[in-house]
Amino acid sequence: MAKLNLLLLLVLLACAFGLVTSQHQGRKAFAALESETTRARELDVEYGQLQLEASTWGLHARVARIAAETLGLRAPDPRRVRVVEPATAAARP
Amino acid sequence: MSYAATPALVRLPIWRARIVLFAFVGAFAVLLGRSVWLQAVKTGFLQERGEARYSRVLEVPATRGRILDRRGDALAISTPVKSIWAIPEDFRASPAQLRQLGRLLDAEPRELHRKLNGAARDFVYLKRQIPPETAERVAELGIAGVYQQREYRRYYPSGETMAHVVGFTGVDDTGQEGIELAFQGSLAGAPGSRRVIKDRLGHVVEDIESIRAAQDGKDLSLALDGKIQSLAFAALKQAVDTHKAKGGALVAIDARSGEVLALANVPTYNPNNRARMTGAQLRNRVITDLFEPGSTLKPFTVALALDLGKVTPDTVIQTAPGRLTIANYTIHDAHPGGAMSVAQVIQKSSNVGAAKIALSLPREEMRELFRRVGFGAPPQLGFPGEAAGKVREARTWRPIEQATMAYGHGISVSLVQLARAYTALARDGELLPLSLVKTEMPVAGRRVLSAATARAVRAMLEAATQPGGTAPRARIMGWRVAGKTGTARKLEHGGYVAHKYIASFVGFAPVSEPRLVVAVMIDEPSTGQYYGGAVAAPVFAQVMQGALRLLQVPHDAPLTPVELPGEGEEAREST
Repeated sequence: MAKLNLLLLLVLLACAFGLVTSQHQGRKAFAALESETTRARELDVEYGQLQLEASTWGLHARVARIAAETLGLRAPDPRRVRVVEPATAAARP
Repeated sequence: MSYAATPALVRLPIWRARIVLFAFVGAFAVLLGRSVWLQAVKTGFLQERGEARYSRVLEVPATRGRILDRRGDALAISTPVKSIWAIPEDFRASPAQLRQLGRLLDAEPRELHRKLNGAARDFVYLKRQIPPETAERVAELGIAGVYQQREYRRYYPSGETMAHVVGFTGVDDTGQEGIELAFQGSLAGAPGSRRVIKDRLGHVVEDIESIRAAQDGKDLSLALDGKIQSLAFAALKQAVDTHKAKGGALVAIDARSGEVLALANVPTYNPNNRARMTGAQLRNRVITDLFEPGSTLKPFTVALALDLGKVTPDTVIQTAPGRLTIANYTIHDAHPGGAMSVAQVIQKSSNVGAAKIALSLPREEMRELFRRVGFGAPPQLGFPGEAAGKVREARTWRPIEQATMAYGHGISVSLVQLARAYTALARDGELLPLSLVKTEMPVAGRRVLSAATARAVRAMLEAATQPGGTAPRARIMGWRVAGKTGTARKLEHGGYVAHKYIASFVGFAPVSEPRLVVAVMIDEPSTGQYYGGAVAAPVFAQVMQGALRLLQVPHDAPLTPVELPGEGEEAREST
């Protein structure tokens, strides 16, 4: 009887330690998740800001101005443009 | 020695044992009662108090959805900013700190003083929506009673070009104008909240429950094409400046899908900086402004006559001597012509010819057609403040009104209604529903004219852009165009005013398989030229040429340079 009690006590202790450990690991994992979620949000914000920046730099009016003034580009005369008809209309994306 | 062996040694009275017993029982009863009180009666309150020591409800912010153009370029994005607020009662700052704070917030120390000593004792915004970097430096000052709050601010990279379609949000990130207002529900999203356990240092250690999941706003892809829009805006702005006009509007519609590819207004405003903004800048002339369309309505009069079999394109109509008097009112032609075919009535834009055709039509049928092509009802774009326009009841029309309505007077429409009505001519008689939002599905039109009629009118409209027509300046190299000019006197205070005109042009291209409908309206051009063919048609040509190239529409005309008529050679239309 005493032996059985001792055995049960050991099992109980093992279970208790297991519970504490798993709780601790759970919390650690949760903290990691939390910090990653925060990072994801920050990156999302940064993505938005970069997109904003890209849109500002890529304004069509600005691109057209730089192309015309700095690079000296202009639209080709339509008579010098060859229009290549796709073989079938279905082949068009 | 034991007590049992000496029974007579201590003889305690029985009541003493009783007292002890009662005392113990009483003490236990008190304990029991107390525990029942705590466990059963006050349990809720106590649990709440206990939880408050470690559990916190956190707000989960939701970001507002982005607005994109059809190419995926951003038109509106929310990004976090900080707002600085203070509790005036707790505010403690040295004069040096106050000066630094004023410099960071770009505010006079005097103004800060006024805010801090104003009526509000417990909450006052010092500055809203400042960049996070500045907010960090404010925090470094360490002034007591100054706090920060995270907010979102909306940025519009395309600025004034798209202002009228996209609209803007207020300081609390809710839509106030345009698409921002129209799609507030789906763009906004809903912030959520969750309950967590925090440790002594304030770290979140465990998630207990998600009370409400945050719903980020949905991104919205507009039908607008950024390139065509910027082209259209530049062309319109240039025309408005050249002709010193009060304003201008332009709308371009994809004739296949009914999507609005460009929608431009002048004057405009910068949605990122709305400090000095007037009502005129804010007005979306394409959708909310009504005007008398003038001659751009003639094709519908003729289309009805063709549909009802009253005339054929070759029927000859006598327009000499260029006047028509109905009940004290005389209709004039700018260029009196003689006998004209119906096709020439459109090509030369004869008011007398159009009036005579209209008088042969039943007025109920005429009104019915105007209603069918979408006049007198909002165009259902889902845009705030869509104007319906006005088409009066047919039984109230007097003959003179029926005659003037034939060439677009006595009826009011918005530019987008007019452009939409022309989709019926561009698409063999099918009127398209319009959309400001990108639609992936092909749309079904509603038949309002027979295909033969639409094709016949299309041929007449193409003739109008040929030499001898009213709008040779609408032609472009490489594609056949068709369209109609309009020049209407402005209505002010219930009467027509001299020397104030609205010049317009509505047309489509390429004629062989129309892809794009463009409507242009210039309000009060004031440098002498005011005819639609001279003021609005060149804008149409410029936008159409660029847009067809961007849309990679195959050419349907030889690539020869367009010869423009000399000054005064083109047919002028009647006003």
